[in-house]
Amino acid sequence: MIRTINNLGNYVLTSIEEIGRTFNLLLIIAWKILLPPYQIFPIIKQIYFIGARSLTVIIISGVTIGMVLGLQFYNTLERFGSVGVLGSAVALSIIRELGPVMTALMVVGRAGSSICAELGIMRISEQVDALECMAISPDKYLVAPKLIAGILCVPLLNFVFNVVAIGGGYLVGVVLFGVAEGSYVNGMIDSVVWADVRLGLVKSLIFGMLITLICCAKGFYLHLSKYGSQGAEGVSRVTTDAVVISSISVLFFDFLIGALMS
Amino acid sequence: MENTSAISISNLDVDYGSRRILSNISFDIRQGEIMVIMGGSGSGKSTLLRTMLGLKKPSAGHINMLGTDICHASQKELYKLREKMGVAFQGGALFTSMSVTENIQLPLREHTKLDENTIQIMTRIKLDMVNLLPYENLMPSELSGGMKKRAALARAIIMDPKLLFFDEPSAGLDPITSAELDNLIVMLKETMRMTIVVVTHELESVFAIADRIAILGDGELIQVGTPEEIKSSTDERVINLLNRTPRENIVDGDVHLQRLTRDNQ
Repeated sequence: MIRTINNLGNYVLTSIEEIGRTFNLLLIIAWKILLPPYQIFPIIKQIYFIGARSLTVIIISGVTIGMVLGLQFYNTLERFGSVGVLGSAVALSIIRELGPVMTALMVVGRAGSSICAELGIMRISEQVDALECMAISPDKYLVAPKLIAGILCVPLLNFVFNVVAIGGGYLVGVVLFGVAEGSYVNGMIDSVVWADVRLGLVKSLIFGMLITLICCAKGFYLHLSKYGSQGAEGVSRVTTDAVVISSISVLFFDFLIGALMS
Repeated sequence: MENTSAISISNLDVDYGSRRILSNISFDIRQGEIMVIMGGSGSGKSTLLRTMLGLKKPSAGHINMLGTDICHASQKELYKLREKMGVAFQGGALFTSMSVTENIQLPLREHTKLDENTIQIMTRIKLDMVNLLPYENLMPSELSGGMKKRAALARAIIMDPKLLFFDEPSAGLDPITSAELDNLIVMLKETMRMTIVVVTHELESVFAIADRIAILGDGELIQVGTPEEIKSSTDERVINLLNRTPRENIVDGDVHLQRLTRDNQ
């Protein structure tokens, strides 16, 4: 019993310490990106890695989810004789909720895990120490470009996801089930207001920052975690943790932002 | 060799948690000399190097390096000092996503405003010094262990540092490559007048390159002296280290039994 309480206490303390360290990293980067030299090329490289190379995954998942939504909403709305609002239902679900959440989860799986593993390996192979010894700030050189790219790319990927998902819903609703094109498109245009787009945009901006920050911090501070001395296994464990924590954070913040902005 | 100190370490204590790793270490490293820090495994030599590099904060004491007390320096002061330092890590610590050339050029690109031609020429000079010119476009994963160490050395000296730190230059290398690296270290001291700190436990390398040697044992400084003084040392621990005498493991039967069964009680 005492051991369980002790373990729980240790877990809580470690978690608080990690949250503090992650938040501190964000503040350090927010300050250092204002100071020269500016990391323009590393940021472009990371935008290519996080953004451009995630496009295929985003497009495939977007179309699929749009089609699933179209199918499910059509079946449900048909029972109430309301298939005319299919466009509105698909567009609102995607723009307000599924777009930002699914985009963030896809980026966590494709790029977040890779970012965390890369930084973790750099940490255990003394590459981060080497940067320190070359008087190059590792948080600015390694983490800042990834964080900036994450904040910029997730909203853009979210936009792509929304477009292709609405297209997927159109394919199922209009092309497959014969819902009138006018009611699908006009219903969508009439029902989606700026507040919905703003909600989606705010969510994707916050998710972009959150997932890149968590994945970066997990890998960057590998040496301070309990897996710090476990070499390759430590990298693998910390990467799993980064993906799990990022995904749960996305879902939690999705609710929080939704509740605050609705 | 000049007699002024490039590095002055005084009353240094370093702990990892509640465990003391280095205790009351004090010695000077003179400008233009090769100081070898040696000791057995677990003697604290790598911790001393990390502390000297400012990667580990000491619990007490001072390290004065080129006029800066690195134990109490701000990050800005520390970075300013590090621009005058070069470090070659044991495994090379080359950036795996960059070619050999890009690795070597990184400090120049970050800290200087030199034009592209000058950067290319400086890179080739350093690559030539470490005999890696034909391999400039290879990735670190395509290099052998010795080549990685030489590439790391080229990166460490690209800014013509006043201080060069080299962690285990001979570890994991064949005797010929190891001897080549030793010659290179001596050549760097003679041609570039660098102060060089080498951490190693390879006896052959130590006596081939050292101007002076600091010997650590169980976290304490046992002796500092020239190779001749070390060879003629009367300290038992130094003699054991030089003669490769295995440590006597005196086992207390009760303590040993307790250690083996402690989780089952």
